[in-house]
Amino acid sequence: MDIQETQRLLSEYLHELADLFHRLPGSAIFLRYVKSSYQNDPIRSAVELFLFLFAVRYLLAPKYSTKPGVVQLSEDEVDDLVDEWTPEPLVGKPTPLEAMEVDKRTVIVGPVGPKSKLSNGRTVANLGSYNYYNFNTNESLKEKAIQTLRNYGVGPCGPRGFYGTQDVHMKTEADVASYLGTDACIIYAQAFSTISSVIPAFSKRGDIIVADKGVSFAIRKGIQISRSIVRWYEHNDMEDLERVLAKVTKEQARKPLTRRFIITEGLFESYGDMVNLPKIIELKLKYKFRLILDETWSFGVLGRTGRGVTEHQNVDAAEVDMIVGSLAGPLIAGGGFCAGSEEIVHHQRISAAAYTFSAALPALLSTTASATINLLQNSPETVTQLREHTKAMWAQLDPRSDWVYCTSSPENPMMILVLKPEVVAAKKLSLDDQQFLLQDIVDECLANGVLISRLKTLQDNFEPKQIVPPALKVCVTIGLTRKEIEKAGTTIRHAITKVLSKRK
Amino acid sequence: MPRRAASSFVNDPSNVPSSSPASAKGGIAIKASAVKPNRLSQLFSTSPKSKAESQTAQAAVQSASGILNSSTATPPISSASLSLPTISLSTATADNPNMDEPPTTLFQPPSPEEARRLAKQHAQFGPIGHHSHRYTSQHPGGTFPEPVMDEPPYYYLLTTYISYLILIAFGHVRDFFGKRFREENYRHLKPQNGYGALNSDFDNFYVRRLKLRINDCFERPVTGVPGRYITLIDRATDDHNKHFYFTGTTTDTLNLSSYNYLGFAQSEGPCADIAEDSIRKYGIVSPSTRAEVGSQDLHVEVEDLVAKFVGKEASMVFSMGFGTNANIFPALVNKGCLIISDELNHASIRFGARLSGASIAMFKHNDMRDLECKLREAISQGQPRTHRPWKKILVVVEGLYSMEGSMCNLPGLVMLKRRYKFHLFVDEAHSIGAIGPKGRGVCDYFGIDTSEVDILMGTLTKSFGANGGYIAADKAMIDVLRATNSGVFYGEAPAPAVLAQIMSALRIINGELIPGQGEERLQRLAFNSRYLRLGLKRLGFIVYGHDDSPIIPVLLFNPAKMPAFSHEMLKRKISVVVVGYPATPLVSSRARFCVSAAHTKEDLDRILTACDEIGNVLQLKFSTGIAGGALPEDAMPPPEKEQELHRKRNSKIIPPRWQIEDVIRRGVQDVKSPLY
Repeated sequence: MDIQETQRLLSEYLHELADLFHRLPGSAIFLRYVKSSYQNDPIRSAVELFLFLFAVRYLLAPKYSTKPGVVQLSEDEVDDLVDEWTPEPLVGKPTPLEAMEVDKRTVIVGPVGPKSKLSNGRTVANLGSYNYYNFNTNESLKEKAIQTLRNYGVGPCGPRGFYGTQDVHMKTEADVASYLGTDACIIYAQAFSTISSVIPAFSKRGDIIVADKGVSFAIRKGIQISRSIVRWYEHNDMEDLERVLAKVTKEQARKPLTRRFIITEGLFESYGDMVNLPKIIELKLKYKFRLILDETWSFGVLGRTGRGVTEHQNVDAAEVDMIVGSLAGPLIAGGGFCAGSEEIVHHQRISAAAYTFSAALPALLSTTASATINLLQNSPETVTQLREHTKAMWAQLDPRSDWVYCTSSPENPMMILVLKPEVVAAKKLSLDDQQFLLQDIVDECLANGVLISRLKTLQDNFEPKQIVPPALKVCVTIGLTRKEIEKAGTTIRHAITKVLSKRK
Repeated sequence: MPRRAASSFVNDPSNVPSSSPASAKGGIAIKASAVKPNRLSQLFSTSPKSKAESQTAQAAVQSASGILNSSTATPPISSASLSLPTISLSTATADNPNMDEPPTTLFQPPSPEEARRLAKQHAQFGPIGHHSHRYTSQHPGGTFPEPVMDEPPYYYLLTTYISYLILIAFGHVRDFFGKRFREENYRHLKPQNGYGALNSDFDNFYVRRLKLRINDCFERPVTGVPGRYITLIDRATDDHNKHFYFTGTTTDTLNLSSYNYLGFAQSEGPCADIAEDSIRKYGIVSPSTRAEVGSQDLHVEVEDLVAKFVGKEASMVFSMGFGTNANIFPALVNKGCLIISDELNHASIRFGARLSGASIAMFKHNDMRDLECKLREAISQGQPRTHRPWKKILVVVEGLYSMEGSMCNLPGLVMLKRRYKFHLFVDEAHSIGAIGPKGRGVCDYFGIDTSEVDILMGTLTKSFGANGGYIAADKAMIDVLRATNSGVFYGEAPAPAVLAQIMSALRIINGELIPGQGEERLQRLAFNSRYLRLGLKRLGFIVYGHDDSPIIPVLLFNPAKMPAFSHEMLKRKISVVVVGYPATPLVSSRARFCVSAAHTKEDLDRILTACDEIGNVLQLKFSTGIAGGALPEDAMPPPEKEQELHRKRNSKIIPPRWQIEDVIRRGVQDVKSPLY
């Protein structure tokens, strides 16, 4: 075999190969591409070839983890680790305070009224329930509730979006809106879950919240879930609020405009004192913040007809962007609401978690709320009477006690009684000590026929930690006569004195 | 319904001869009747209601036409457009026990008040048509099969994507002009006067441009009891669904939308009576929190009853189901703990998990292998960066998933739990009352001891027709949780009427109250669920979920079919729920049927007939048959051979496209065998 023969064979094979290549579909396109990209420039082709090879190598390369710090372990090692791992129990042992919480639970037998029967058989004056107007034993309200029950059954069996919107819900929403004087209103199935869903519905990551340091647990949960930037101001300190607002405005001046909210309460859950709404409105308008006002404890209580802080301090409710409140307390119904403009309410119907993902409020609670709002509107004298009773109780407790003082505002029928700082200092009481002492006072009151309660609070995991001073909670009701209220007040005062003077 | 009943009554004598050859063909129901001498007596013996009650039921069936037509309260349910099945088709299963009786024996025309009362009662809870319309919801044993996810031809997926593209394009065009010429409509989306935009323009786009178009299918206002029928308040719009006004009329529709699984949404009967008594005795609410002075004897009683019912030592009840989940997780886990959650878990679980401060991982829906991978990785790697071991791992699943109709694989979870020592939290929001031979949820269904699950959570809203939620666990655990759960400290206590409803519903289910009725409700629900699911599969719909689940999602895919399906069903006086993105993946928009024990077989046949018609018009019958619906084998296969049989059938799958007549004729007898 000589060279020529080899050459001939080789060229023949090459021809055949070229022929085969030309017959492949798409080969013409490939050739055209190579020719046009070559352009008498071999380096260019070389770069392209290199890129092609790199792409092939990249695609064929083994996958690697993007998580940093993953330790490679063999299956056996993993098995060993699984065997070794011992988790903590799901729920730990109770602390003494937690054990007391369960031990000392009061159970009422029968109806909750101004006089309630307890499970130990005794009948006591009930100053622990939020039954301020004693609507709970009102026969006409009961009849109305029964009538609703007979038309609607108990549960609505579905969320509002899916055939759970009953006509009674729409009526209650309209009633609350017209009572407060806002454009619209939306009702939720539980008061406690309302604000913690309202806040994250509007305030998202990157938005700014300026909140009072003393806000309630539910508001803190709402702020936590919203993941917004939070700035706190000293409890009810308007100068500090202005300072914080000015600082935030300055910090954010160069950044794109985001939503900004001031969040505070009408009557504070943990302290009972009242917000200075006109001042906050002034500041919010000045610094262009929106205001979310939690009226859970003031709705149905403050003002001539119980409309809340707005009526009490002569502020137009439309000035507040969102008023959140409860229908569950003195109104003897259930659920919460958020009142505001059409847009604000409409947005919640789609994006507030506790509204869209929860079953609707039972119809009979909804009609009860409408009925009690109507009662309050038509009889301002009940509200006045409550204020008289509150004054009477206040006179028995706050000015006359050496041991405690009342942090609530004088209009608040829910009195929060805190140990005086000098008492705490003199007796060197830790927070837990105070709780145990206060429980002793509650027990002593109960022994003398008056049911009150401690202010029950819970520590949460949200920074900065909030420390609510331990306190007693006394709720006035007009179901008791003035005399009975005064007598109960004396009993509470004596109980406080008895327990605290015993303590060294 | 009236028309249907009327025809049955009129046709009665003529049907007697024709029914016997049909029954000779065999079938479970007929065999049973051949053994017993008298069907009527059998009805009494198998349905151990009080005698008086079954008599009224008898009278009801016999005189249904007269009653229903004369009453004013009854809805005019059957529309002219409905071609309901005629009686001759369903006689094969002999669904009316009275057919063999001469029509005049027991018949006594009831007084008008009695008739009205019965009509109202039946609009809330339909009487059972035949004793064979029952089934026991229980896992047959063996490995728990994963639900078969059927897929439509690519044509439908492609058109779905194109539909969304068109919708989005139109939305942007409309926004472009709207923002220039109708500025006032966009005010809340733009920063103005120094205030940030109230809503983000981008987030709001979907709501504004897509959801708004079908807003009339959502938040339909209703009135009255959400029982077997539901009364819609008619509304209309002049501005393309932005605002609605009421037309002043109402429409009574068959209710396939409420979570009324056991039919306890009733405004009369023992539950409502007890609820009324409780309002008279206890007042309307307990106006305090549970931790302060809101606990009444009623709360304690219901908690004990719930604990006993679900099979745990103790329980707590709350006034809101969403809140129950939202508040429990911070009390269970915290920083340094890991929550491994099913990817399709409810929003309330995510809400609570986020509040807890624990790390959160997710595993693929119901995929035990993926869960095991996640567990091995979590335990071997420990916490991120520090590699310290997790303090505890909590796996959170739901018993029955409300959008998929699938159940959690509890046997698989329990096996993994033994190996990996994690804590297990099962959310029985939809499954409690709805599945299991005794209605006690997934543990009952699978026959698994409740001690295998650490925490059982559930809602009282759904099966029991009340409101609220519960947490059940060991007593020691509950005692601590009472002092650490924020729902106890800050949430309002449940109202006495709600508690009374829960209590009476539980007592009926466990047989303390009106023995037999609870069992009937449970078995009817199980039958109804399977019957409707089988029917839909046979008609050719793609249906998701497990066989015994009372939630039946019917896949629609194209977004425009959501409103179309909802409107067509409404035209036929059936109210259904349609759901799309973001509650489901973008492509798989669906209609969700929630079956109730209050439905009768006639109701389900009406639904099937309606679906058959609509399915033809909207091109919804695109199943491939892999999920079942083919002709069943003559004999029921033994459980161990089922898999094999299933595999064998897989090789030659024919898409099921049954005629509606055949579906109804074969339904009752086939529903008791496995549904594929």
